[in-house]
Amino acid sequence: MSQDVAAAPRARAAQDTVADAAATPERAQPFAALGLTADEYARIARLLGRRPTDAELAIYSVMWSEHCSYKSSRKHLRQFADKAPATDVLLAGIGQNAGVVDIGQGYAVTFKIESHNHPSYVEPFQGAATGVGGIVRDILAMGARPVAVMDALRFGPADAPDTRRVLPGVVSGISFYGNCLGLPNIGGELAFDPCYAGNPLVNALCVGVLRHEDLKLAAATGPGNQVILFGSRTGPDGIGGASVLASASFGGTGEGAKRPSVQVGDPFMEKLLVECCLELYRTGLVIGIQDLGAAGVACATTELAAGGGTGMRVRLDSVPLRDASLGPAEILMSESQERMMAIIEPGHVPAFMDICAKWDVQATVIGEVTDTGRLEMSWQGVQVVDIPPGSAADSGPVYDRPAHRPATQDELLAADPGRLPLPAAGRDLRADLLLLLGSPEGGDKTWVTEQYDHYVRGDTVLAMPHDAGLVRIDAETGLGVALATDGNGRYCQLDPYAGTQLALAEAYRNVAVTGARPLAVTNCLNFGSPEDPAVMWQFTEAVRGLADGCQQLGIPVTGGNVSFYNQTGGTPIQPTPVVGVLGVHDDVRCRTVSGFTAAGASVVLLGDTRPEFGGSLWAWLRHGHLGGRPPAVDLDAEKALAGLLAVAAARGLLLAAHDLSDGGLALALAESCLSGGTGCVIQPPADAAVFLFSESAGRAVVAAWPDALPDLVSACAAAGVSAAVIGTTGGPALELTGLFSVPLADLATAHRAALPALFG
Amino acid sequence: MPRFVVDVMLKPEIHDPQGEAIAGACRRLGFGQVAGVRQGKRFEIELTEPASAERIGELAAELLANPVIEEFTVHPG
Repeated sequence: MSQDVAAAPRARAAQDTVADAAATPERAQPFAALGLTADEYARIARLLGRRPTDAELAIYSVMWSEHCSYKSSRKHLRQFADKAPATDVLLAGIGQNAGVVDIGQGYAVTFKIESHNHPSYVEPFQGAATGVGGIVRDILAMGARPVAVMDALRFGPADAPDTRRVLPGVVSGISFYGNCLGLPNIGGELAFDPCYAGNPLVNALCVGVLRHEDLKLAAATGPGNQVILFGSRTGPDGIGGASVLASASFGGTGEGAKRPSVQVGDPFMEKLLVECCLELYRTGLVIGIQDLGAAGVACATTELAAGGGTGMRVRLDSVPLRDASLGPAEILMSESQERMMAIIEPGHVPAFMDICAKWDVQATVIGEVTDTGRLEMSWQGVQVVDIPPGSAADSGPVYDRPAHRPATQDELLAADPGRLPLPAAGRDLRADLLLLLGSPEGGDKTWVTEQYDHYVRGDTVLAMPHDAGLVRIDAETGLGVALATDGNGRYCQLDPYAGTQLALAEAYRNVAVTGARPLAVTNCLNFGSPEDPAVMWQFTEAVRGLADGCQQLGIPVTGGNVSFYNQTGGTPIQPTPVVGVLGVHDDVRCRTVSGFTAAGASVVLLGDTRPEFGGSLWAWLRHGHLGGRPPAVDLDAEKALAGLLAVAAARGLLLAAHDLSDGGLALALAESCLSGGTGCVIQPPADAAVFLFSESAGRAVVAAWPDALPDLVSACAAAGVSAAVIGTTGGPALELTGLFSVPLADLATAHRAALPALFG
Repeated sequence: MPRFVVDVMLKPEIHDPQGEAIAGACRRLGFGQVAGVRQGKRFEIELTEPASAERIGELAAELLANPVIEEFTVHPG
């Protein structure tokens, strides 16, 4: 409770020192309780030539956790680099806090998506809030000003009691943190499936903007330079979060049950930290910088020292504490929010401190860079850590876990949706449209998204319900970036390779329909336990699919995050890679919106429609069916479509463009009618059910002015994209000639009913 | 009329940014001796008929407090 507890007497005097560790090799240590295996513990002892001290054990336990070390995924993630397409847009790539992409005019953007699944299940509000805070600091650490956030959310059945606990908490946690911080939330996803009932997915994305010369890296260079910890004080928040919580399944109770400790976010402190860091960057004083996320001081010190190829001496007693009883191991593992670490020349420390004082940010010199190649830490005058920093940051174990395609996969593929009865009569087609439109999955997401501020900062061009979020970067030129995230657990359950490519293709298409040129990819790979060979097979297929897909589309993966152990008991979630695509608009004034805003335009369906219902929303909601193959992937067709959409937007040919995905053309038409407030009259072909509900990929529905139609048709022919005029915008209803007509008011009632009915 | 008071506080180990902000404001207002503040909530509950403290505790755990990060005490008003 005291204001300056760093000066207060320490509660625990006797510490396990480096000398003690050398003298008492036999002393038993609780490595298993910290999440390390006996082999990993032996590996640490081999690296050090002695047993680790308690503080060193704390460092290795968090740094070698699945969450921080990617030990089960690293071998596979290499494909993102190995198969990376030749590109000159990448200024910083995988391995940094976030990838940095050149968008022209001297600007760069950095963006990343990260999971906060387990904390959001334990404490939905704070878990989701700190998820936003963490990803914002990742972006800030690259030297960028964070400009927007997005969230990809997945929950159990919308009507399940636990969803009523988790969803409102998650949404209000995101809106609380993002709105207080003053960042617009410009998009994301909301999905429901029974597989997420005990394991919701909360994936937070942030995008930031910087000038090329402002790029910062996490490297401690220059022996004698000072190590400064600034931001919030350190408390017992989330100790062991990375090692225990994010890296193992929720077990039973009783002995061995792992108890997470909840972190509380403070967006007002984060706002001060953002402005403080940006002012520090402008002075040019900052040599290296790192945010403190999972694994806190342990992670920041080891990664900075390893990144700089140097050593570091740290006085752990100097770390300002909120709780005077914390010992060195706890200080190292604490995940207290809103903290950063910077490397500064000694002569610049007073100037640094002045800026921090201006922003009311506490800053403390806790150590200095050395040339010893060792990370040394002291506590009350005794040495408690002496390790090579790279041994914790880079030399963790790498596992080649067994991966086997499960036998059940064949049954799943054999359960072809072709046997499902397709509606033919107008009233049946109408009923199925309203079923999809009125479901939590297919319905309006406004109940969630209206809790987020979309327009703060004044540069939001598009946000929900458009296919992608779009923010303006430069008010003079109109330069802007579009972002979309997509994932589809049902497709990935059927075929993780194709399903991941479909997620990539959809995010790519969502960005393209606004008229943007897709440029780079981030990903958040949500899977079950990597110790389950069937899950590992899903994971390897998904990574291979994404790497191959990015290679074919010619856009690099700039970074991402892996979240394993998303399962309840022995049942994993559906494999859910969430793919984020970033695209560039040279001038956001030429963007295309998704709604039909005027009558008299021709409605044109781009791309080819085949009877593809495997994993479709229609099969799932109408028949509870999940089986067969997901829609075919044709990335060359996606590329052609994206190129066409960019040309059409730049030439002003389109009134509207909307991507086709879940729920097929039926949902896309209904959404375009509702968001633009204008109906349409469509002339369906004979196989109306396929026309309306198939989820064939590589398609978009656009509206073009009649005088632009010849241009559009010839542009389609030139791009090799098939185009069919299917109707006209206008009228008070969504009408399918000869089949059915739904007045817009009825459409809106159905669309908007689901979430408010469940969540109030 | 039977009454109960429920006091809700963040658990001692949980970060309290609002309490810290209040402590900072205290010092700015000249109360330099304020070392720390933790903020809680107090509920005064009036009943139409007597109820047990256990029953009120159930209400507190369900609605008034978030047992994941908060603790509470129930006492007769």
